[in-house]
Amino acid sequence: MSDTPKIRLRGVTKRFGDKLVLDGIDLDVAPQTSMVVIGGSGSGKSVLLKCILGLIAPDSGTIEIDGQDVLRMPHKARDAARARIGMLFQNGALFDSISVAENVAFGLLAQKKATRAEARIRAEEVLAQVGLAASVGDLAPAELSGGMQKRVALARAIAASPDILFFDEPTTGLDPIMGAVIDGLITEQVKRMGSTAIAITHDMASARRIGDRAAMIHKGRIVWEGPAESLMDSGNPMVDQFTHGRRDGPIQMELRR
Amino acid sequence: MNTLLNAVAALGRGALSACEATGRVTLFAVLGLSHILRPPFYGRAFGRAMLEIGYLSLPVVALTAVFTGMVLALQSSTGLSRFAVESAIPSLVVLSITRELGPVLGGLMVAGRVGAAMAAEIGTMRVTDQIDALTTLSTNPLKYLVAPRLLAGIIALPLLVVVADILGVMGGFIIGVAKLGFNPYIYLQNTFNALYAEDVISGLVKASVFGFVITLMGCYHGYHSRGGAQGVGAATTAAVVTSSVLILALDYVLTELFFTK
Repeated sequence: MSDTPKIRLRGVTKRFGDKLVLDGIDLDVAPQTSMVVIGGSGSGKSVLLKCILGLIAPDSGTIEIDGQDVLRMPHKARDAARARIGMLFQNGALFDSISVAENVAFGLLAQKKATRAEARIRAEEVLAQVGLAASVGDLAPAELSGGMQKRVALARAIAASPDILFFDEPTTGLDPIMGAVIDGLITEQVKRMGSTAIAITHDMASARRIGDRAAMIHKGRIVWEGPAESLMDSGNPMVDQFTHGRRDGPIQMELRR
Repeated sequence: MNTLLNAVAALGRGALSACEATGRVTLFAVLGLSHILRPPFYGRAFGRAMLEIGYLSLPVVALTAVFTGMVLALQSSTGLSRFAVESAIPSLVVLSITRELGPVLGGLMVAGRVGAAMAAEIGTMRVTDQIDALTTLSTNPLKYLVAPRLLAGIIALPLLVVVADILGVMGGFIIGVAKLGFNPYIYLQNTFNALYAEDVISGLVKASVFGFVITLMGCYHGYHSRGGAQGVGAATTAAVVTSSVLILALDYVLTELFFTK
């Protein structure tokens, strides 16, 4: 493991109107490791990923990839840095106006890494890696089941062999067996490509399967960080309450009674 | 006193937000247009938009034009017969269609058909993260989604209006000959004698502007839609309403520009 983290966040802050969504996030992800981020709904996990991806500009703080501050790079360099990140969106976000194969090959064609014919062959390879037959490539995304859509979305995220992968709730909405299959595919692909990964999840079984390290966000801050195996017995009362799904504890749900 | 202040404050807020919205739309339009000129170009997206806006709108625009031409001939005959100048019917029909009704009614029909569909499609892409997904796949959404549609609108509407002009005149011709007792030769002769190139060209320029407005509003409202199915519904309504109103308002402005000297 080298000294520079692959991804380094320092004091990342984001505010939407009056609401402070990220309140000074510090996070390091070492190269070729997987970081799992847990936290309640609305704790700012998705916004964090979108900040690193450049979809949302943080109000302050620095985001470094390979030691380079992406927020202060020239446009071209920033686009190049971000082209190396693959993202699996929560609901897949497959383009429904084009076929599955075109979805998978989309990034390759956009980055001009392949001709149309090469991209088609590569799409079939990647579909095979996520356990889908080449014939699936001709279908429209709407014709697939939820589990298959997730697999296609995973295939699209890894098609250009990115060295960083983000997963936003990869197993949400899937049955436990399909969840385990997706987790298996994710760990397999991350290991095979030697990628660095950040995964957001609510699913503790999934978190321990995917992650090397884990961090918990609460109210826009990182409240705990440690090895993913210790999630269930971290000794941190907030993490314990979250991972065991207890109603009472240091985290009070803001409910009106 | 307070009520008065509140009223003034509300007026000010309204004016400010109107200025802000105008600025945002203008910026969006300039960005979208600039992407038409800069590579990479998405030929397939442009082809799809042309098909959607031009070819698939043909039936509705054609029907609108035929019936408008027929009604024009019929209505003007009752009016003009009082002054015994029925012979003016062919020229009245052709000038009304080419200068005004072809572009305006065609534009309104396309706004309802295409503007709504565009806002719904792009809006759904927004709320299902597909637009963010485009960005993560090294594709500029303005370039991929907006620019081809704007260009297709600018090109397809004039083509539709050419068809509408011909069919509108044909509608008038049918009524003129079948119902009002015109000799077919004389009807057509009167039509072409009254028509100058600038009548048709001004109509086509209007159509181009309307095509831009329709696609711009569809893309803009879709692109900025928020909050699930309801947000997409609101975007669709806003796209149709704003483009329809803008078509009518710009029609006046363009007519002033072309015909008052």
